[in-house]
Amino acid sequence: ILHHHIAAVEKLPLTTSGCPLVIQCKNFRIVHFVVPRERDCHDIYNSLLQLSRTAKYEELYAFSYNPKQNESEQVKGWQLIDLAEEYKRMGVPNSNWQLSDANRDYKICETYPKELYVPRTASKPIIVGSSKFRSKGRFPVLSYYHKNKEAAICRCSQPLSGFSARCLEDEHMLQAISKANPSNRYMYVMDTRPKLNAMANRAAGKGYENEDNYSNIRFQFVGIENIHVMRSSLQKLLEVSGTKGLSVNDFLSGLENSGWLRHIKAVLDAAVFLVKAIAVESASVLVHCSDGWDRTSQVCSLGALLLDSYYRTIRGFMVLIEKDWISFGHKFSDRCCQLDGDPKEISPVFTQFLESVWNLTEQFPQAFEYNEAFLLQIHEHVHSCQFGNFLGNCQKEREELKLKEKTYSLWPFLLDEQKRYQNPLYNPDFSPELTLLEPNTVSFNFKFWRNMYHQFDRSMHPRQSVFNLIMNMSEQNKQLEQDIKELEAKIKQRNGQSDAFSVKEHQQPAHPAPLALKTPPCFKKEQPLIPVNDAVRTIEGSNAADNRYSEFVSEFSKAEPAVVSLEYGVARMTC
Amino acid sequence: MEFSELIKTATVENVLLSCAGLPAVKGTLCITSHHLLLSSCPGGDGQAGTVELWLLIRNVDAVEKRLANSSGTITLRCKDLKVLQLEIPGMEECLNIASSIEVRFWVGSEPGPSHARVQRLAGESGRLQWLEAPPILWGSPSSGCPPSLAPQAMLRSSQPLTGPNRKRCREDETLLGTVLDEGERGFIIDTRSAQAAKQARMTGGGTEPKSSYPQWRRLHRPLERGRPLQESFIKLVDACNDTAINMDRWLNRLESCRWLSHVKAALSTACLAAQCMDREEANVLVHGAEGTDTTLLVTALAQVILDPSCRTLVGFQGLLEREWIEAGHPFHLRCARSAYSHARLKQEAPLFLLFLDCVWQLSRQFPFSLEFSECLLLTLFDNAYASAYGTFLCNNEKERCLCKVKENTHSLWAWLNQPGERKKYLNPLYLPNALVIWPSVEPQSIQLWQGLFFRWIRSSQYLDEAWAEIQRKVGSGLVQQINKKHQNWVCVCHLENNDWLLRFQPVQGQT
Repeated sequence: ILHHHIAAVEKLPLTTSGCPLVIQCKNFRIVHFVVPRERDCHDIYNSLLQLSRTAKYEELYAFSYNPKQNESEQVKGWQLIDLAEEYKRMGVPNSNWQLSDANRDYKICETYPKELYVPRTASKPIIVGSSKFRSKGRFPVLSYYHKNKEAAICRCSQPLSGFSARCLEDEHMLQAISKANPSNRYMYVMDTRPKLNAMANRAAGKGYENEDNYSNIRFQFVGIENIHVMRSSLQKLLEVSGTKGLSVNDFLSGLENSGWLRHIKAVLDAAVFLVKAIAVESASVLVHCSDGWDRTSQVCSLGALLLDSYYRTIRGFMVLIEKDWISFGHKFSDRCCQLDGDPKEISPVFTQFLESVWNLTEQFPQAFEYNEAFLLQIHEHVHSCQFGNFLGNCQKEREELKLKEKTYSLWPFLLDEQKRYQNPLYNPDFSPELTLLEPNTVSFNFKFWRNMYHQFDRSMHPRQSVFNLIMNMSEQNKQLEQDIKELEAKIKQRNGQSDAFSVKEHQQPAHPAPLALKTPPCFKKEQPLIPVNDAVRTIEGSNAADNRYSEFVSEFSKAEPAVVSLEYGVARMTC
Repeated sequence: MEFSELIKTATVENVLLSCAGLPAVKGTLCITSHHLLLSSCPGGDGQAGTVELWLLIRNVDAVEKRLANSSGTITLRCKDLKVLQLEIPGMEECLNIASSIEVRFWVGSEPGPSHARVQRLAGESGRLQWLEAPPILWGSPSSGCPPSLAPQAMLRSSQPLTGPNRKRCREDETLLGTVLDEGERGFIIDTRSAQAAKQARMTGGGTEPKSSYPQWRRLHRPLERGRPLQESFIKLVDACNDTAINMDRWLNRLESCRWLSHVKAALSTACLAAQCMDREEANVLVHGAEGTDTTLLVTALAQVILDPSCRTLVGFQGLLEREWIEAGHPFHLRCARSAYSHARLKQEAPLFLLFLDCVWQLSRQFPFSLEFSECLLLTLFDNAYASAYGTFLCNNEKERCLCKVKENTHSLWAWLNQPGERKKYLNPLYLPNALVIWPSVEPQSIQLWQGLFFRWIRSSQYLDEAWAEIQRKVGSGLVQQINKKHQNWVCVCHLENNDWLLRFQPVQGQT
C-alpha cells in the first residue's frame, strides 16, 4: 500500500488478540490489521499518519520514483501526448478558429494552459475583457471541435454578472463563438449547476448569463451538484459498501440515500444534452459551472467521448484526460488530497467521470478499445502520486515544479502494458470516426460499480472472468494463425522438393482422422483454459465459509485455521 | 364447446401492431383457437419479406381495450412480460377481437379436470404420501467425495403432521433414523420461520420435535412464498416498466419490491443445504409446508451448486423434470397468471421464476460452469407460463396421468434437444467444472436479471452483438483445444452460414 493511497488510519479499541488498526485507501481498499502490542500499533499509527500527509510536492513519490529509464526515454514519455497534434486532428486551426497566444505567460489566466484556441474574430482586447468578467479569468475557449458539424464545445467559468452587471467584451466573445459556426447561428450556454446554486452565486457578484444581454444564445441549467455534495455522497456510499453482511434492502436503500448513482446519471444526462445540441442541431455549446474545472471538465470530456470515437481508443482516452482534465486545470492536487490541505477541497469529480465512462462501456461493450482495468488503473495512479501527470492543480504549477524533468509520465507505462487494458470485444468498425454514441440514461441502466468500490474484495466478484478467457483465446488464435501460415509455407516448399513425399502426405489423412472423431476433443480437456495465475478473478468454487451463508458456521465442526483470511477485502492478521 | 365457436371475428385487415423497441407493423390479424396471428401486408411498407407474429393466446396475461371514434386499441400484456398494442380499424371488430381473446383466455385458464380432488387427496395423506412414494434420495457427486466416505443424501418432504397434540409417527422417525448411522448428525432445513412452523401445528402441521428426532438438527430459514412473492414479482415488473422514473425512485422501488432479497435468501438457503452436505458431510432433509414450493427451490438449487452433472444442458433438464415436475410443483396454479394480471390472486407464485433467476445469478458468477445459456432460462420461463408443449401442464404427476398429457402433447425437451434448436441454448464458454460452485450472496454480487425483466423494455442490440462476438471468438478457441489434443494435426475453423466447420490438416513436419 502506497502511503499516498492512505485516506485514513484508525485505531480501534484494544481486543484480547491485540490492537486493531484499520487503513482506508483512496482506491477503496480497506485493510484491517491486528497488532499484538498496543505500543507497536500506536507507533505504526503515528508513522502512517505522518507519512500519508505530505506537506510539499517534492516529497511525493513521483519525485523519488525511478523506473530505470534514461533521460531521452523520459523526455519521449512526456512527448507521447501532444495536444497541438490533437487540435490538428480535430481540424483546428482553421478559417474560423485560431491559436491564441494571449495566455502565453499565464498572464490572463493562471489555471489555463498556454495554448488556447479561440474564434478568429475574437481579438485580444475581447479576450482580455471577457477574462476579466469571468471567475478566475477563465474566459470561453475551445475544448472540442466537431469537423463535420463545424460546431464547437467551448468551456469557461461563470460570468461575474451579479444581479445586473454586463460586459460587452464577454458578449462579443460569445457572439464570436456562435459566428464561428456557419451551420447554426444559435449557441447553447449550459450552466451545469442547479439553478438555485447559480442564483445564490449572484449575491456574491457571480452568476450566470442573462439571455437578454447575449444575442443568439439559449441558456440551460443542467443541475449537477457541487463538489461538497459529491464528497458527502461518496462518503455515504462508502459507509454502505464498508458495512459487512448487509441485507439486500439495506444495501439498496443505502445506495439510494447516498444519491451517488443519481449524480452519475446527472453527469451523463448533461453530456447527452450537450451531444444532442451538437449532433442534431449542429449548434455550438458553451459549458460552464462555477470555476469551470470540475463539472465543466466532466461534461466537456464525456460529450467529446460520445461524439468522437477516437476518445474511445486507449491513446485517445489519454489525450482526452490530458486535454480536458490536466491542461484545463482540474485541481487534481486539491481534489485528490495529494498534499495535506483543506479537506473541503477533496471531491471525487474525476472518479465520477471514470464511472460514467464505465457505465458507457457496459452499454456499448464493443465501442471501447480499453477495458475496465484501464479505468481502474488510471484511478489508481491519479491517487498514487507515482507519476507526474496528475500532480499539482494546473499547468503553471506543473511547470514550476519541473515535473517533466523530475518525474515520469504515466502514459508510456500504460501503453507498454496495453495488452492488459485491451477490450477483447472491441470492434473498430463498430464506430468509425465521429460516430455518435447514444446512451440510454434510463435509471435502471446505472449500476453500482462493484469492481471499483470492491476491487479488493475477491469473494464478491464473479469467480470466472469472461474477459480473461477471451483475451487469452484471441492471443492463442493469433499464434495459431501464424502457425498455419508457416505450415502452409512449408507444404509449398516440400511439394516443390519431392513428389514422393507428397504422395505420402496424401495418404496420411486416412488414419488419424477417425482417431480424432473417436475422442471428441473439446469436451475432455486435460488442462483448463482459464489462466490459473490470475487468481484475483478466477477462483473456482471459493471457500464456502467466506460467503457466510449461515450464522451457524461456528457450530460446524471444522473452522478454517486462517493466518490471513481475505474477507471482503479485509485482511486479518491473526498470527 | 369448441374454441372456434367463441371466435366472433376471425380476421381483420389493416391492423397496426406496435411493440416497444420495434418498428410498427401493419397487417392482417387472425385469431385461431390457440394463436393470435398477425402477418404484415405484402408489398406494404417494408419490401423485405413479411413479418409474422405468432402469439399463443394463453400467453396473454391482461387485455385492455380503448375505443376512440371508429377504431380501437387493444393492449395485450403477456405472461412473458411483453406488451403489444394492436390498433384495429372498426369499433365492432375491436370489441370482438378483445372478447375472443378474453374468452379464450378464460377457458384456457380453467383448472384441470380433477384438480380439486387431487388436492384433497394430497391434503389427507399429507406426509404419508411421502412414505408411499420411493424416498427421494440424491447422493452427492461421486467424483466429488472420496470413495471411503459414505455419500451424503439430500431428502425432501412435506412438514410432519404433528398437530396441536404433538403427535408422533414411529414410521416417520424410523425412516429418518435409517438415513443416519449411529452417532451421525443430520440437518433439517425448514424453509419457514420457527414461529410459522409452530403456528402450522394449529392446522395439523408442524415440525420435527428434537426429542423424537434426536439425531437431526433443525435449522429454520424462512423463504417467501405465495402471495407476497407474487406481489413482489408484480411490483418489480411494474417498476421496470416505468422508464421515466428518476434514480431515487427506481432504487426505492427496487428495494421495496424485495425481489433481490428473495433471490439472496433462496441462494443462501441452498448454499446452507449444500454446505451441510459438502463440508459437514451430513445428510440433509429439506421441507417447508407442502414440500412443493420453497422446498424444491432449495433442493434444486443446491444440486446445481454441488453437482456438475446438473449443470449440463441434459442434466439441467433432468433436474427440472425430477425436482420440479415429478416432485409436484403445481405449475398450473402457480403460473396461471404473470405480473400484469389484474385478476384476484389465488395460488399464483413465481417460485419457478425465482429458481431460474438464482440459476442466472450462478451463471453470472461462474460464466464457464453452466453448459446452457441465458436463452434456455428465458425459454423455460416463457414455457412455464404459456406453452405449446405439455411439459409444464398440470400440477403433479397424477393430474398429468389423468389428463393423458404424455399421450396428447409434445415434450418441450424433445423440441429443445433437436440438433438445430439445441445450440441456441448452449453456453459457448462452457468448460466442465467438477468443483462445487459457491456463489457470493453479498448484495453487491446479486444483480437484477436484466435479460428477463428488461427484455421487452430496452434495446439489447449492443449486448447481443457483443455476445455474438464472444461466440465467434470462443468458437475459434475450440480449435485451440483440439490442436492441443492432437499435436500432429492442425485444425482450422470457419464460420459458414452460422455453422462451425472444422477442417483437419496433418502437420507436415511430422508426417
